[in-house]
Amino acid sequence: MDLESMYQEMILEHYRRPLHAGLREPFDAHVQHVNPTCGDEVTLRVTLKEAGSEAVLADVSYEALGCSISQASASVMADMIIGKTVSEAMRISDEFLTLMQSRGETEPDEDVLGDAVAFAGVSRYPARIKCALLAWMAWKDATAKALSKTGEQG
Amino acid sequence: MTTVAGRLGALDIEAIRSDFPILGRAVRGGRHLIYLDSGATSHKPRQVLDAERDFYTTHNAAAHRGAHLLGEEATDAYEGARARIAAFLGADPGEIVFTKSTTEAVNLVAYAMSNAATGGPQASRFSVGPGDEVLVTESEHHANLVPWQQLCERTGATLRWFGVTPEGRIDLSGIDELINNRTKVVAVTHQSNVTGVVPPVAQIAAAAHKVGALVLADGAQSVPHRPVDVGSLGADFLVFSGHKMLGPSGVGVLWGRRELLEAMPPFITGGSMIEVVHREGTTFLPPPGRFEAGVPAAAQAVGLAAACDYLDALGMAKVADHEDALTAHALDALAGIEGLRILGPLDTRDRGGAVSFVLAGIHPHDVGQVLDELGIAVRTGHHCAWPLHRALHAQASTRATFYVYNTHDEVDALADGVRHAQKFFGTA
Repeated sequence: MDLESMYQEMILEHYRRPLHAGLREPFDAHVQHVNPTCGDEVTLRVTLKEAGSEAVLADVSYEALGCSISQASASVMADMIIGKTVSEAMRISDEFLTLMQSRGETEPDEDVLGDAVAFAGVSRYPARIKCALLAWMAWKDATAKALSKTGEQG
Repeated sequence: MTTVAGRLGALDIEAIRSDFPILGRAVRGGRHLIYLDSGATSHKPRQVLDAERDFYTTHNAAAHRGAHLLGEEATDAYEGARARIAAFLGADPGEIVFTKSTTEAVNLVAYAMSNAATGGPQASRFSVGPGDEVLVTESEHHANLVPWQQLCERTGATLRWFGVTPEGRIDLSGIDELINNRTKVVAVTHQSNVTGVVPPVAQIAAAAHKVGALVLADGAQSVPHRPVDVGSLGADFLVFSGHKMLGPSGVGVLWGRRELLEAMPPFITGGSMIEVVHREGTTFLPPPGRFEAGVPAAAQAVGLAAACDYLDALGMAKVADHEDALTAHALDALAGIEGLRILGPLDTRDRGGAVSFVLAGIHPHDVGQVLDELGIAVRTGHHCAWPLHRALHAQASTRATFYVYNTHDEVDALADGVRHAQKFFGTA
């Protein structure tokens, strides 16, 4: 395993030019997640349209402070899930979690994961898995909060 | 015991390295291991491993229990280890309390202070409450910080801070106000695990003692690396871990002045720390037994004593000289790299061998990954010193730390590795 297999060009590209970065308004939920071992942080906001199972991610905005893997992961994630329904995005998130827990042993499903397959190499390095998952965990948390809020209103 | 290399002149690093089996293993890509993470944990020489194994294979029993020969031998081995470690520090064996780690040793003192109400009139000097102050520094490892923060939360005392200068040294400019009649305890590192800074513990302790405050020095990064004598240290308590000084994990030490240990209530209670137990209450052993509840980690204590033998055979002054030379070399080699900022002093005056740095445009995790690919093991992150990183305007850093087995070639490899990372990420 060499460095290039972990730092795929796709990852470096997102790291250098992150997509959808910056915190935007309006938003339905705002969370901050930290990786306590290294201090990496992501602040993330979710804006929903519609409610319940039909809810669509109108916007996912974020500010990531951390390594290339965590920043690229936030960028890839935002680009993949903005405009999708919560249940579609959840399916991608679950697939990504499975990939990251695979220690490089399973073949990623490119149809579901798109650009996120580039992180397959990261799953071989246990210390970096948290970096790749930080934004996804923040998104899940924010979405749960946003759903319960829109649920209350609805 | 096998003879140890380097009794005369400078250390014989090749001979030392041959005592450490792990240094012979290959890492990623079949590369040689370049281990620059001894500040996190050191490797163990054969002599320490043999001593621990010998305890298990020939003397194993629960120390201070059992009416049998093995119990007697295990007790002798454990108490012999205590005496050996005391000698290493110029202390009295009765002042050496075994803990599981530096962290536990700090907690022992912090909890003993909040237990002062149960300790009778003699424990009153340990009591803290509203209006009292606990003083720490911004340089502390979380292990010498969070227990004091929690003590304040439990007791209503106020936590106060020495700040750091831009160079990472303790800012003593406010010492006359910070150490005052309300100060009950001062907790200070004896060598920073991030900047390598060695604060003037004796000076701080002298000021603290004038107002009757206690002083605890965190020796986790000093005791393994240079001569430390509790007689001239100035502090009342010194804490350190075995695993950072060639010893096993699972054993640490609290040294405390005898009269303080005698007056101090226990932290962890249970078996083997008691004198008499009745349904109505319990009396406790004198120190150090009072602070060692449960079956002790005798094999680990024996291993730590063997580590003291090993280090003393090398000579702690020579160990310090060797690390100073490596540190000077590293500061020089790294400071010349564009975009690299060292956290901490740029010279070796009052500074030990922890060299932490940030690199423009490359996160420490990514630096560490590239170095790992080259076989170079470093630490990345905030190194359990988050307030210090904030004070030095770094979110995280990459840290190299040195020990007796490190070479100047390894320092060069580190600098080359950093340049390689810059090339890989296209920042230079």
